[in-house]
Amino acid sequence: MSHHEYQKVEGRIFSRSFFILLTFVLIGMSLIVVRFVKGIGAVSNMNDGYPWGIWIAYDVATGTAIACGGYAVAILVYIRNHMRYHPLMRSCILTSLFGYGLAGFSVMVDLGRPWNAYNFFLPSKWQFNSVMFEVALCVMAYSMVLLIEFLPAILYSLEKSKWVRFRRFMDWLHPRLVPDKKAVLDKIERVQAGAGWLRPRLEKILIFIIVLGITLPTMHQSSLGSMLLIAPTKLHPLWHTPMLPLLFLINAIFMGYSIVIFESIISSYSFNRPYESREIAGVSRVIPGFTVVWMLVVFGDLAYRGQLGAAFSMDHLSLWFLAQMVLVGTGSFLLLGARGPSSPRRSPRRLFISAALILVGGAVYRFNVYLIGFDPGQGWSYFPSLAEIMITVGIVSLELLGYLVLVKMVPVLPKAHGAPPLQTQNA
Amino acid sequence: MQTRRSFFKTLGATGTGFVGATTSASASSTPEADNSQLAMLYDATRCIGCKACMAACKRVNTRAGALEVEQAAFDEDALWDAPAELSGKSRTIIKLHRDEEEWSFVKQSCMHCQKPSCVSACPVKAMHKDPVTGIVQYSRDTCIGCRYCQIACPFNIPKFQWDKNNPQIVKCDMCISTNLRDKGTTACAEACSAGAILFGRRGDLLKEAHRRIERKPSRYYPKVYGEHEIGGTNHLYIAGLPFEKIGLPTLGTEAPATASEEIQHTIYKGFFAPVALYAGLCAVAVRNMRRNGNGDPEPSGEDPGAADESAKR
Ligand code: SF4
Ligand code: SF4
Repeated sequence: MSHHEYQKVEGRIFSRSFFILLTFVLIGMSLIVVRFVKGIGAVSNMNDGYPWGIWIAYDVATGTAIACGGYAVAILVYIRNHMRYHPLMRSCILTSLFGYGLAGFSVMVDLGRPWNAYNFFLPSKWQFNSVMFEVALCVMAYSMVLLIEFLPAILYSLEKSKWVRFRRFMDWLHPRLVPDKKAVLDKIERVQAGAGWLRPRLEKILIFIIVLGITLPTMHQSSLGSMLLIAPTKLHPLWHTPMLPLLFLINAIFMGYSIVIFESIISSYSFNRPYESREIAGVSRVIPGFTVVWMLVVFGDLAYRGQLGAAFSMDHLSLWFLAQMVLVGTGSFLLLGARGPSSPRRSPRRLFISAALILVGGAVYRFNVYLIGFDPGQGWSYFPSLAEIMITVGIVSLELLGYLVLVKMVPVLPKAHGAPPLQTQNA
Repeated sequence: MQTRRSFFKTLGATGTGFVGATTSASASSTPEADNSQLAMLYDATRCIGCKACMAACKRVNTRAGALEVEQAAFDEDALWDAPAELSGKSRTIIKLHRDEEEWSFVKQSCMHCQKPSCVSACPVKAMHKDPVTGIVQYSRDTCIGCRYCQIACPFNIPKFQWDKNNPQIVKCDMCISTNLRDKGTTACAEACSAGAILFGRRGDLLKEAHRRIERKPSRYYPKVYGEHEIGGTNHLYIAGLPFEKIGLPTLGTEAPATASEEIQHTIYKGFFAPVALYAGLCAVAVRNMRRNGNGDPEPSGEDPGAADESAKR
């Protein structure tokens, strides 16, 4: 992995966005404390009919799809061999890492008996018939893989950094609190040497880890779809189909590419960096292929099962279904028909709108499967409570916060070439 | 929320197992169903709605099942245990179903399915079906509280304790660690003085159900609920009204768990597909790397990160 493709973002860590996010994090965390003291019912509207709420539908089912950027770009770079997208890899891996971290964190809040979660590691408790077992192990393994994939960046920083912040911190501390400056600096040198030793060795075998990082999401993203197969009487026939695993897999891939575009444009804007126009225009060209196949499978499957009527019956479920299709369809349509990267259709603004439409459409699809199309029977209803939403907001803020801090400490974003888009304030 | 009645109906119409359900007891059971398993038969026409079974269940299982007395809003002195629904406090309930001219009591509790969805869903074997007794048991020592069993169960039976910080799943386990162990029968069946709840082996109870229907055809709706539904259940029902009128979902004969496991197993059979996928992808990726000239060169000279750092100072 070439390290000079990347650079750090300049700027203070404790910016204004830092403190805004921190506020949300603190609100979310206090509500989580309430949840652990008084039970899930105290903060959430989940009930015995709707045992899964937005913590699963958003944080896990949608959040991990949004975190598929690393997966989608890895396919592009390492399998389709488009090395020119390699500069995007690192920020994608980092956001994937945070996205999956968010899902894992939410699951721990959502589980009723998290202290028993160690059972996932006892072979005597393995339950191979359970889709959730497969998803859980796969997601945990993938998080480890992402961590290893990101490790070279951290090692590189450990090795090459002058440890400015750390030194300043030591100077700032009262002399009596600093044990022995010389010894500490010695240790730093040893850490640097260690990192320098480990990194090239890790990078030699990294490709096998990266490919694992392509295999695992293929498995668990499809399984996230299989999860609802077991409930044919509860999930509406518009969405319950044996095709669920395939649809979730394709959905994850095009959402992955869309988030790469979305995120790249946002970070260019907020960190005041030039747009990565060439790369994102290239990525955008891959998307329509996946969305078109996805829509064909959706409609083909509905026709095969004789449910096309339900799709256009215009009741509220059909409207949700159409929303999902129209959003993804419009987003892809905006991308079609443009040839060269300089075409006006490839302007960042246009790409941003397309990516956003596809992301929302893909997310609506996942919500449809996990919540909206799910009907346990008469008498049950669910809408998330404010506290429940604030917990999700808090966890997402934590994720953004981590990202903001890390890109300023470790070279993550692609090295800038060209002029910054706008003279805005730093994020 | 709209009801799913129409959908249930189409599902039921496609279920061929209903045909001939009334002919003879032995011939009518689905081939895979194990009739030697422990079972219960609830006869709605005999139930007098006294709720002695509910009281007995709570008396016997409160400790083992972490149940609680439920106080009704009108009942300031807490004189009665008055659950309105199955919940994290109650494992079984008698409900009254009524429209203009007809009414019937109906008992609600775990159906102890032959091929239970909850067991198929549970990621850590906290739901477990004993292969001999057929009882679907729950272990709170293993359960992680993911509530996938609730999503999976077509009867909405497993209940979660939303108001506790150490919640567990609550559902009938045929008194496996209480009444069944001590007295050889379930507390509800023991308490029922009207003969509305029978406890025994599934085969015997099926015969008894059909015998009752045959002897008084005018009194019964001519089917045994649970004989074929989702591959058969060990909790069986006979009633005077069509089952959908007393709140039992109209279900097909195939167990949802069978279909979902089939798809999952086709994908993961012997872990062959994932390994093949990994190997294939590795081959492609390594070839690509070779083509590109053996990976990337080592970074040389001044690196951007350090440069940034020093530039800043
Ligand atoms: S009725 Fe529900 S909880 Fe009981 S065994 Fe069947 S699937 Fe499991
Ligand atoms: S809530 Fe407990 S019993 Fe139910 S599926 Fe999850 S781990 Fe299994």
